[in-house]
Amino acid sequence: MTTTVAQRKRPFKPNWLARMGWLLVLVYAIYAISALDITWPRFVDGLGNGAKFVGELFPPNFERWKLLVENLLETVEIAVIASAFGILLSLPIGLLAARNLMPPWASWPARAIICVCRSFHPVIFAILFVKAVGFGPMAGILTLIFASIGFIGKLFAEAIEEISLKPVEACKAAGAPFLSVLIYAVMPQVLNRFIGFATYQFDANIRNSTMVGIVGAGGIGGTLFASFQRYDYDFLCAILLSIIGLIMISEFLAVRIKAVFND
Amino acid sequence: MSNQNTNGNGGATPRSLIVKDVFKEYVPGTPVLKGISFEVTGRSTVAIIGPSGTGKSTLLRCINRLIEPTGGAIHVAGQDITQLSGKDLRHARHYIGMVFQEFNLVERLSVIENVLCGRLGFTPVWRAWLRKYPQTDIDRAFELIEKVGLGEFITARADSLSGGQRQRVGIARAVMQNPDILMADEPTSSLDPKTSVEIMELLNEFSAVHDIPLLINIHDVKLAQRFADRIIGMSDGRIVFDGTPDELQDSHLKEIYGGEDWML
Repeated sequence: MTTTVAQRKRPFKPNWLARMGWLLVLVYAIYAISALDITWPRFVDGLGNGAKFVGELFPPNFERWKLLVENLLETVEIAVIASAFGILLSLPIGLLAARNLMPPWASWPARAIICVCRSFHPVIFAILFVKAVGFGPMAGILTLIFASIGFIGKLFAEAIEEISLKPVEACKAAGAPFLSVLIYAVMPQVLNRFIGFATYQFDANIRNSTMVGIVGAGGIGGTLFASFQRYDYDFLCAILLSIIGLIMISEFLAVRIKAVFND
Repeated sequence: MSNQNTNGNGGATPRSLIVKDVFKEYVPGTPVLKGISFEVTGRSTVAIIGPSGTGKSTLLRCINRLIEPTGGAIHVAGQDITQLSGKDLRHARHYIGMVFQEFNLVERLSVIENVLCGRLGFTPVWRAWLRKYPQTDIDRAFELIEKVGLGEFITARADSLSGGQRQRVGIARAVMQNPDILMADEPTSSLDPKTSVEIMELLNEFSAVHDIPLLINIHDVKLAQRFADRIIGMSDGRIVFDGTPDELQDSHLKEIYGGEDWML
């Protein structure tokens, strides 16, 4: 009996490489904390400052509500226009990037476009477009269009790459032209995922359009940044609260839209 | 059954299939099909039997060029399929009905939409998109769905059907093409024995009504013997038997499948 136990193979191999890796991460984290001079007294100090700042935020000041509403509307407009064009452009780019349906000469350029759109954070795009087309919502719209292509273009492509090719084969065997194959065999398989991605991106665009204003690309971000710099904390608080309200409304809408198509 | 909607050469040309010296290699140097030749003319049910991996599916897919044959010629209704490309190939495919092992339906579309997929080859894209099919096509789709016994499921989604029902939709879709030849790739292998027999009967019936050849890949020798007029046995990429079910002896089966322990 003992001999058979000794001869039995171990079912779970110890992975020494992974263990060393985790140890290294831990050691580096400890080193980084000391190198960045993060100490307990500084943290406690910071808490005090934070409490003071939060105290000055309240009560929120809604006296300039007209400016607030105007800015919020501009923010929503930027998000809606950017989402519409971004999604519209993402559809063909995502399709071209799907390697199971497209030849490499089509998918590689499409993937390159998506990759470029993904490589910059929206803030960097916003700075570039403010330089290119000047201050205002135009720069914000262009920024979010590119951000949308980078994000959902890639998700569209991945959704198409995951479909079952069996219906595609059947439609091809019936002599269907390529566009009909797309409409009948591909679209039904990806439509409700596309709707999900699109509403998610709209949600993200609303959030991001509150930010592009900080670098002058239109929307509520500009006013937010200005009130922050003027120590106008009670108005700042009003802006922050209304952004939270806006995001909640858009999330609610997104959930409802998705529910319609979810079957 | 009304059969007026026979576009192009659907009704006129002899319904024949000529496969000559078809050769296929996925990897150069290791052929899967090593010179397959046979002819089928008029109404006839031909069962192709053989072990899995011997190239039966590849052979069927070479006939409608879902897979490109490396060499040889394939004539369907008098037209050499291997010489076609683009639109001509699509039109030729339209006259080759195919039934698949795993049904290959669009799960999220209704039964009638799946059946109308059989008309996509002759329907302009915008009509297909808006579901504006010619009334004759719609009437025929209704008729075929009734015929395969799914009358109450016309607008049901394909993913709500059972395996046997799905395969009936697959057959209706293939027949919807008004094909010159009907092919079925292991149509019964994911179905229970009773449903398998029903599906085979249905396929045979359509081939008889439309007077077209029926080519079936099948691994169930008993089913093949029961329903086929002719059996082609394939082994290792070659045809090793070609004759009537009565002529098929144990010695042939031994050659096709190898060994004999399984034959009880």
